[in-house]
Amino acid sequence: MPLCIALSTLARSRKTIVARLFATRLNIARLDIVRNRRLYSSASMAENDSVEPIRGLDLGVAHSRLLLRTVASVRASEELRLAGVADGETRKMNMCQAINDAMRHALATDETSVVFGEDVAFGGVFRCSVGLADDFGRERIFNTPLTEQGIAGFAIGMATMGHTAIAEIQFADYIFPAFDQIVNEAAKFRYRSGNQFNVGGLTIRTPCAAVGHGGLYHSQSPEAFFAHVPGLKVLMPRSPIQAKGLLLAAIRDRNPTIVFEPKVLYRSTVEQVPIDDFELPLSKAEILKPGSDVTVVGYGSQIYALENAIQMIERDMPGVTCELIDLRTILPYDADTVAASVSKTGRLVVAHEAPRIQGFAAELAAEIQERCFLRLESPIQRVCGLFIPHPLVYERFYMPCAVRTYEAIKNSLNY
Amino acid sequence: MLRSAAFSAIRRASSVRLSAAAKNAVYQAARGMASAASGDTVTFEFCDKTFEGYNIDIPSRSLTLTKEEAISMYREMQMVRRLEMAADSSYKHKLIRGFCHLCTGQEAVPVGLESAIVKEDAVITAYRCHGFTYMRGASPFGILAELMGRKEGVSKGKGGSMHMYARNFYGGNGIVGAQVPLGAGIAFAQKYNNEKTCTFALYGDGAANQGQVFEAYNMAKLWDLPVIFVCENNKYGMGTAAGRAAANTDYYTRGQYIPGLRVNGMDVLAVRQAAAYAREYAINGNGPMVLEMKTYRYGGHSMSDPGTTYRTREEIQHMRSTSDPITGYKHRLLEAGVLSEEDLKAIDKEAKKIIDEALAKAKAVPEPEAHELWDDVYAKGTEVPYLRGRVPEETHYYNVD
Repeated sequence: MPLCIALSTLARSRKTIVARLFATRLNIARLDIVRNRRLYSSASMAENDSVEPIRGLDLGVAHSRLLLRTVASVRASEELRLAGVADGETRKMNMCQAINDAMRHALATDETSVVFGEDVAFGGVFRCSVGLADDFGRERIFNTPLTEQGIAGFAIGMATMGHTAIAEIQFADYIFPAFDQIVNEAAKFRYRSGNQFNVGGLTIRTPCAAVGHGGLYHSQSPEAFFAHVPGLKVLMPRSPIQAKGLLLAAIRDRNPTIVFEPKVLYRSTVEQVPIDDFELPLSKAEILKPGSDVTVVGYGSQIYALENAIQMIERDMPGVTCELIDLRTILPYDADTVAASVSKTGRLVVAHEAPRIQGFAAELAAEIQERCFLRLESPIQRVCGLFIPHPLVYERFYMPCAVRTYEAIKNSLNY
Repeated sequence: MLRSAAFSAIRRASSVRLSAAAKNAVYQAARGMASAASGDTVTFEFCDKTFEGYNIDIPSRSLTLTKEEAISMYREMQMVRRLEMAADSSYKHKLIRGFCHLCTGQEAVPVGLESAIVKEDAVITAYRCHGFTYMRGASPFGILAELMGRKEGVSKGKGGSMHMYARNFYGGNGIVGAQVPLGAGIAFAQKYNNEKTCTFALYGDGAANQGQVFEAYNMAKLWDLPVIFVCENNKYGMGTAAGRAAANTDYYTRGQYIPGLRVNGMDVLAVRQAAAYAREYAINGNGPMVLEMKTYRYGGHSMSDPGTTYRTREEIQHMRSTSDPITGYKHRLLEAGVLSEEDLKAIDKEAKKIIDEALAKAKAVPEPEAHELWDDVYAKGTEVPYLRGRVPEETHYYNVD
């Protein structure tokens, strides 16, 4: 079986497999783009809704069945029907364009809303805010200095005035200077003032997760740090439609919200996105594929690795079906949907890109073992990033990829 | 050497017991002011050392107030001091939990500031916030009840000493320096709304060294936001003398590209004059200004700090006897003939009575109801599904119809 061979090869000859995995995928020219964040140029990230290959990472997005690529699939979506946009007009958009579209709706419907962050007036390094300054004015879409803590504090101040602040932290890796403001000021404002003040209008958007060549400081997934903070909401969408609906919900939700956007999906995911204004529910997980033997839970770009792993399991183990759940909101998360699924399947595999120790998977595993203890047929498996800084080299060994997820699902089923 | 010379000078000065007349002379020498009252108004003059400008002219050396305004400022300073004395004794009687930072000695700053601005202006400060909370409109009862974590406190008993709020008063913030960029954001919203208002963002000399203060300066000047950065320089960041923590202790010059003004923060009239001047500058689209209020706290940094390990008792005594904002202002009012000794005593007595009543009332209020423990973490209706209690029966379910 190719996967087992791959794993045993990994153990036996790292050199061979490294060469095999990286030779065709690394695009040296692209490396320069991320190596220095200031080198991003609009030319290198030109607007383009075609599917681009993901360099160095193979999440299997290109062939994913989870993306609503056709108008018919949009019409058939129960959730979009509930949101009132299943029958409306759609347009082919990648996740970057869908986020841009969501911000347009927010800016058009709320005149107190403003978008700011490092380089956002020019469109941002990932081009998510491209054209907004032209259409809504420089007073509402503006660049800030490189001052993450200042950006967060400034955004919180605006939000205390009842305004809508959509702040961008250029990379999730840079959010740590703002950690104090987010944790100590934003999250506690409502509580400590006895509900006289709040920062409900605050939304922080930030690109996260591996991109195949990001290295230590353009690849991290820091969601668990924030998932520990009462008062915050934390999301991570998986696709253009999800990004649009969840971002609009986050902007309008009356709590401070952090939206982590897996940057690898900005251009690699394309869907027929409803052009109307719509919101998707927060704190609601989505069952992407029903199954009866094992529950597999993830969020963000990890979903595609899980989808691939499931396909391989179902191919190699005829008769087995896996249930795939996208958690979508990481705080406050939808434990009910996961618990109901695990009560049915008896098995759980949780995966995320962030390191395993104290990662979000630990919280979910603890919660589910408490709720479903007598239903569990096997120990809950966690498939996570290694407990190392996000590596510049050998990133593929760090990643909780389809192969490792496959192994975990198999262990769970064969326990 | 310089330090010891200064201290011995202080000791000498404080070892002399001053007669009332001599004290008055000391105040006059320190302030060098003349005052004159006529009809309903009274005019005060400031001495040379009251203001020092950085890239900006100093405000007028003369201030005319109605007698009523002048008296009100005295009354408010007396109220703030009495309020802090009540907080101090309540803390010592173990009625207050957590941290408690008193502004005794610094009363001129909240009182002078509030007298110069309108209620639509915004104020945000750090944790030494009782005086500002009171001046922004909270009642002494609400503040004392909040200190004791009682139900009818200004933040429902959930904020305590460091987190008090009032209309257009954005708190009481616990993290050193963190409120300063918030002030810039508040000012941005005011500018965005085309309001003729501004924000006063206060911080201490210790917080002045925080990186985010400079981030806020930069954004504020870049976008000419109507924000006044007010450094309350009480000479010690917790237990560290300003000069041991800051490369430049002229805090009013530290905005570099932002004009600044050093103000005698022990003189309520000077604070008022400077705040009005800065406000006028900011609301007319000129951008931010940095004010440094030279002031002094008599107590320790917080209740757990006796305040005497890093400075001498003589130094504190010297400040009390020569620079006290209330005594100093009292002499000015007497000199100008605005009030008599008897009038002032009546005000003092009235302030004490109000605070004593508020304290008694606050002590009688119960603690918040149990649900306040889990309420307001999220907006109503968007909470986590439930909060586990100590036993299953205690588990609280949000959103149960």
